Amino acid sequence: MPETVLSVSGLDGHYGDSHVLHGVAFNVQAGEIVTLVGRNGAGKTSTLRAIMGLLPRRSGSIELRGRQLIGLPPHRIARAGIGYVPDDRGIFASLSVAENLALPPRAQAGALSDGEIDALFPRMKERWASPGTKLSGGEQQMLAIARALRTGARLLLLDEPTEGLAPVIVQRIGQIIRDLKGRGHTVLLVEQNVHFAATVADRHIVMENGRVVDTLDNADLAADPGRLDRFLGV
Amino acid sequence: MRAPPIALLALIALALLVAAPWVVYPAFLMKALCFALFAAAFNLLLGYAGLLSFGHAAFFGGAAYVTAHAAKVWGWPPELAILGGTLAAAALGLAMGALAIRRQGIYFAMTTLALAQMLFFLFLQAPFTGGEDGIQGVPQGRLLGLVDLGQPTSAYYAVLAVAALGYLALYRIVHSPFGQVLKAVRDNEARARSLGYEVDRYKLAAFVLSATLAGLAGGTKALVFQIATLTDVQWQMSGEVVLMTLLGGIGTVAGPAVGAFLSVGLESALATSGLPVAAVIGAVFIACVLVFRRGLVGEIGARLKIRL
Amino acid sequence: MSVQILSGQLLLGLINGAFYALLSLGLAVIFGVLGIINFAHGAFYMVGAFAAWGLATYLDIGYWPALVLVPLALGLVGMGVERLMLKRLGGLDPLYGLLATFGLALVLEGTFRQVYGSSGQPYPVPDALQGGVNLGFMFLPLYRGWVVAASIVVCLATWLAIERTALGARLRAATERPDVAQALGLNVPLLVTVTFGVAVALAAFAGVMAAPVYQANPLMGSNLIIVVFAVVVIGGMGSLSGAILSGYGLGLAEGLTKVFYPPAANIVVFVIMACVLMVRPAGLFGRAS
Repeated sequence: MPETVLSVSGLDGHYGDSHVLHGVAFNVQAGEIVTLVGRNGAGKTSTLRAIMGLLPRRSGSIELRGRQLIGLPPHRIARAGIGYVPDDRGIFASLSVAENLALPPRAQAGALSDGEIDALFPRMKERWASPGTKLSGGEQQMLAIARALRTGARLLLLDEPTEGLAPVIVQRIGQIIRDLKGRGHTVLLVEQNVHFAATVADRHIVMENGRVVDTLDNADLAADPGRLDRFLGV
Repeated sequence: MRAPPIALLALIALALLVAAPWVVYPAFLMKALCFALFAAAFNLLLGYAGLLSFGHAAFFGGAAYVTAHAAKVWGWPPELAILGGTLAAAALGLAMGALAIRRQGIYFAMTTLALAQMLFFLFLQAPFTGGEDGIQGVPQGRLLGLVDLGQPTSAYYAVLAVAALGYLALYRIVHSPFGQVLKAVRDNEARARSLGYEVDRYKLAAFVLSATLAGLAGGTKALVFQIATLTDVQWQMSGEVVLMTLLGGIGTVAGPAVGAFLSVGLESALATSGLPVAAVIGAVFIACVLVFRRGLVGEIGARLKIRL
Repeated sequence: MSVQILSGQLLLGLINGAFYALLSLGLAVIFGVLGIINFAHGAFYMVGAFAAWGLATYLDIGYWPALVLVPLALGLVGMGVERLMLKRLGGLDPLYGLLATFGLALVLEGTFRQVYGSSGQPYPVPDALQGGVNLGFMFLPLYRGWVVAASIVVCLATWLAIERTALGARLRAATERPDVAQALGLNVPLLVTVTFGVAVALAAFAGVMAAPVYQANPLMGSNLIIVVFAVVVIGGMGSLSGAILSGYGLGLAEGLTKVFYPPAANIVVFVIMACVLMVRPAGLFGRAS
């Protein structure tokens, strides 16, 4: 019986006076790859930020393996076992590649060792001393994922991992995500690119106007590709 | 609740001030009025243009020195001496503003502070200022040949007239098209620039206007109190005018005046108490910044939902 | 022009520069990590000098222990100030931070001025550093040489700690993107508090070193901080090495001015600032703000 890694219910979120999340609710099982899909402004990024504690005002319930995360500061949430890659990758320009990677404190046993990270991201070592932002977009994305894995996090939140990347790199990242699933990680990612989402995800959660409006297995999507269109159209 | 017309409020304030000398010492009132004008001039820059100048004492004190010198050494009549001080402040404002505008935000504030400190040292060393002693015994004469500034009551009404004129000028500036552009610049500079406004020129103009009116306050003060000293150009004085405005309410019409009266009142109450005045002022500063950012008038305005 | 006089004044300039460098380094660090200009930095420097004097006068604790104890104590006070006062100004316009720390500076200076007046409390040069060395072209008082050497070492050590260590990497990350840093497990609020404390400790350290040179005087902080502001406007606060170099450089410029045109000595830094503003508004080293 797969355990529930992440359980979100009644999640409300605000940016200042703006009410961006309305009672968001969903679960993520261990080993699943789940995508949050929806058009711009649907609340996908806000949901990830709320889970990480980066949304200034949030209420409701966010449980990580039964542990309540609402009310915890972001660094404690990270140490509880969630890795986060924001949509701009969050690579620090004032740190070298090596420093970027070494930054997170190792929180849990089972954190990816240097050897394992090397295997997943073979070219990283070549740019060790360059400032983090001198890497290409794809390299930064891989650095950001590798960095998030260093905390030993078993749940990864990825915000638009393929945005602005060449198709070859997009494929590579898809492969990495599938590899991570193979190693027992759970991944929740925000994706605008439904085609990419279909190649990696087990399940899709559809958001609109700050609410969850639909959930479908990847098989359902394959059977009825048009089902998402009304939530994604321009 | 609709705002009571500003004219009505102004008339009430004016009436109170006209009657005030019967209740309060004219000397205290005159000091408060000079600082009220000084703070209002400062507020033009901070509240309406969004620029924090930490060196406004240069204009206040600089004008004080020029006015005092003109009256005492050159024998100018009071109105010309004050005019001279005001114009000197305008010139200083132009020079300082042109340099400081090149930076923004916090750097702007630090630049004004540093430039004012440079002027402080220049004033300290210049022979005409009298150094540590300052210029004392400034003759008062008759304003416009009519009003005897040596007589407390008539001097008070002269100061009241000057302050009222200054406030009127500020009111007109704020509510003019120029004032509207200033507010637009304060709220979103990038947007104002993209709309085609020469933002730097507007900032400089606001700076010079603010300096000029601060100079008017300083020159008047030097004449009625017959003295101009280094205290008028020190950084502590620059800080005091910030506090007055903060205490009263940044960006409000009545705030600076209220803050000035409170501040002058507080200082005279403390002077005999044996407490360290600067330390108390500092504590008030901290309290205002932490819990009272809208200032007295600002708080009242917010509670009653009207704009004061 | 006698080499003696020139080198003597340059040494004095270098000493002033040492204090400028130490304080502008602290200011730059605080600005980077808190986004606040700490007007009270000069006041902490002044309190550091008085603490050294107080330890010597009332507890018979000498210069060398004071050099360690005073920065430690004031560093803790600084952490308290950050936690209780500055944390509340988090999302606001940075000008409020300037105003709040201005108030703090007034409180500290006003209190000390009330108790000790405006004159300085004498503080002796420590025995081990009395006297001097004849270098041939000038006579080098040992204490002054110590001030310059110690300040260079401390500035360098601070710079290295921030730019070249793992802990420094955490601070740089927290400065650049505090939200991302937190999401990676760094306790950024604690890091900020401790960093402020360390910067205050730097100022206090400068204060202890200043006591034998300038005497402990309630006005020493505010006189210094305004010049330091000019230093950071010139050097910009984006670069720590820029802050340090500007500090020493401007101290030397002051020293030179004292030789060739003494009346301008206490305004030369401001004049240079005015010139830099006209030619390179973004400052010499820092990124445009």
